[in-house]
Amino acid sequence: MAILIRGARLIDPGRMDRTGDVLIDNGRIAAVQDAYTHPAHLEGLEVIAADGLWLTPGLIDLHVHFREPGQEHKETIHSGSRAAAAGGFTAVCTMPNTNPVNDDPAVTALILSKAKEAGLVRVYPVAAISKGLKGEQLVDFGELKTAGAIGVSDDGRPVMNSQLMRRALEYAAGFGLMVISHSEDLDLAEGGAMNEGAVATRMGLGGIPNAAESVMVARDIALAGLTGASVHIAHVSTRESVAAIRRGKEEGIAVTAETAPHYLFLTDTAVEDYNTNAKMNPPLRSNQDREAIRQALADGTLDAIATDHAPHSIMEKEVEFDRAANGILGLETSLPLGLKLVREGVLSIETLIERMATAPARILGLETGIRVGLPADVTLIDPKKEFTVQADIFHSKSRNTPFEGWTLQGRAVLTVMGGRITYRG
Amino acid sequence: MPLENKDILDMASLSVPEINLILDTAESMREISERPIKKVPALRGKTVVLFFYEPSTRTRLSFDIAAKRLSADSIALTASMSSLEKGETLLDTAKNIEAMRPDVVVLRHAYSGAPHFLASRIKASVINAGDGTHAHPSQALLDMLTIRQHKGRLEGLKVAIVGDITHSRVARSNTVGLTKMGAQIVLAGPPTMMPKGIETLGARVARNVEEALSDADVIMMLRIQKERQKRFTMASEREYSRHFGLNRQRVALAKKDVVIMHPGPINRGIEIAADVADGPYSIILDQVTNGVAVRMALLYLVLGGGRHGDSD
Repeated sequence: MAILIRGARLIDPGRMDRTGDVLIDNGRIAAVQDAYTHPAHLEGLEVIAADGLWLTPGLIDLHVHFREPGQEHKETIHSGSRAAAAGGFTAVCTMPNTNPVNDDPAVTALILSKAKEAGLVRVYPVAAISKGLKGEQLVDFGELKTAGAIGVSDDGRPVMNSQLMRRALEYAAGFGLMVISHSEDLDLAEGGAMNEGAVATRMGLGGIPNAAESVMVARDIALAGLTGASVHIAHVSTRESVAAIRRGKEEGIAVTAETAPHYLFLTDTAVEDYNTNAKMNPPLRSNQDREAIRQALADGTLDAIATDHAPHSIMEKEVEFDRAANGILGLETSLPLGLKLVREGVLSIETLIERMATAPARILGLETGIRVGLPADVTLIDPKKEFTVQADIFHSKSRNTPFEGWTLQGRAVLTVMGGRITYRG
Repeated sequence: MPLENKDILDMASLSVPEINLILDTAESMREISERPIKKVPALRGKTVVLFFYEPSTRTRLSFDIAAKRLSADSIALTASMSSLEKGETLLDTAKNIEAMRPDVVVLRHAYSGAPHFLASRIKASVINAGDGTHAHPSQALLDMLTIRQHKGRLEGLKVAIVGDITHSRVARSNTVGLTKMGAQIVLAGPPTMMPKGIETLGARVARNVEEALSDADVIMMLRIQKERQKRFTMASEREYSRHFGLNRQRVALAKKDVVIMHPGPINRGIEIAADVADGPYSIILDQVTNGVAVRMALLYLVLGGGRHGDSD
């Protein structure tokens, strides 16, 4: 089946920003022209009038939790894939903290087979660094690479042992696997349920200081320097981490980093009234941190926006704050929130798409763009479409969002992955 | 004037007139406990559930006596850790309590915010009897009543609170409440026990205990828990006692007519010297007596007592 998208503004960061027609055929981008006149032989050609809409490379989320295997009451690979497609995503990286943990080729294979069955988004499994995420023994990176893992991480938990982290960086580099650091000093974070500061003090909740993150970011950059390997820092939330990453990049160390939409929009005041949908790890920080994160995303110190999509059922969230699970949904609000950043003047639209599609592809070593011959992974955005965030109509199985009731403008209206329409809004 | 909300969750959600109403009502309740027959029919037919998720002797007893002196039916439940392990969530507990139609639930819980959680899910009034390190409003109110009894006022007093502020819901509730009533709060303790941003509650943090105590009208000492050594917030008890404990020399820094308080239970010889705890400035046992009166007032008021035209 062929698709012709007509008259959209084509935004391919660093390469193209113009109005034109894009022909998709046989899973690939077949033509990019000012005005495409289609020959009669293209049977069943679907023509999509896209005047006033924006066509971008398919969005890529470097950091999601699809909960399968093991916690299918929160999300499955199928429901997560639907949420991804509806959010404009054509590829995601799934974190290994499933049950069982993705530290075995059989788990990687299972994830890939379920993802293929769903057929809605490219799923790149991230395997564990250590067996069972216990921080004691390296996983067989070679086997997992062969099974289809794109990288390794103990996400959800840090690698507390610095020697293990050093070896993981060296060992992964040999297999061409990316290493993703969940940067958290567990001793400094112990007993904490939210950001350390006045709000936590008033609410009587244990605080997690900024340093619990930034000391580990600094450590992992130092280890990347030591080993010559590259490291990717997940979910950056503090200004001190930003400073450490900036310095690392200036020194030529191969460090990349992501932040999440909630760190760009919310601060620890969102936790007031013990709102468990504002509980995540790392926690929402101060306004100073939020401003630093915004600045760093704009200037490229932070390479990418990744959602840390973390579905939890009401059973894990409708409990005492200290006992509530960490994490929130992200896939179905990330692009609209990104577009809000553009409207607020924080980023240009090109930069936003770079941070949500081009840079993630670069970090993963994938080719992406609106160019003839490339796989047809594209997202069509209606920048004017206004809507109110309603978790009960999300495609995800879970409902845990702190953005409920927000009025946002702009969202994906068509998602195409490998030449097939995976979402139509 | 009735209370604005159905619940008593923290001092932040009580207004100055409400605090005055509670203290005035408690004054009149105090007399009931001095009678030979210590019982009035004010809350006859009302059911009060005392739900203590965390061990407590004094507060539970105090609420229980308060309920009984007002003729309410009170039932004390202690949720052992084993019932939590059985998997009943606070949400299910709330639904089950609600199904039994109590009028008031008094909740003590190890987690901050648990009373807020319960209050928004049941129709009965919830009185917070201490949640995590967040709030302990009935303790703050009984402290205020005791201070008022001895000083005749709250406004303009200098109140020093000394000890582990980080882990103290009593310090937080007293700081919020007393500040609201026009008192000046000064906090002191080891920097490891001073939480970030505590000044936003209206308190000043002193550089040392001596500074906090100088010219104080009221000294409140907080209980030190030995387990704190594990989290590295204190070195030895001996050192704590020397640098942060209350002894006679330090009491002399305060005003001549200073009163000394402690929410209990006391570690004699650690945060407070025995001769100070049992000495002439100590009003620690008055606090306990006033605890019953304040809790009677709270139960009475959340059940609608004190409304205009009320015949009780």
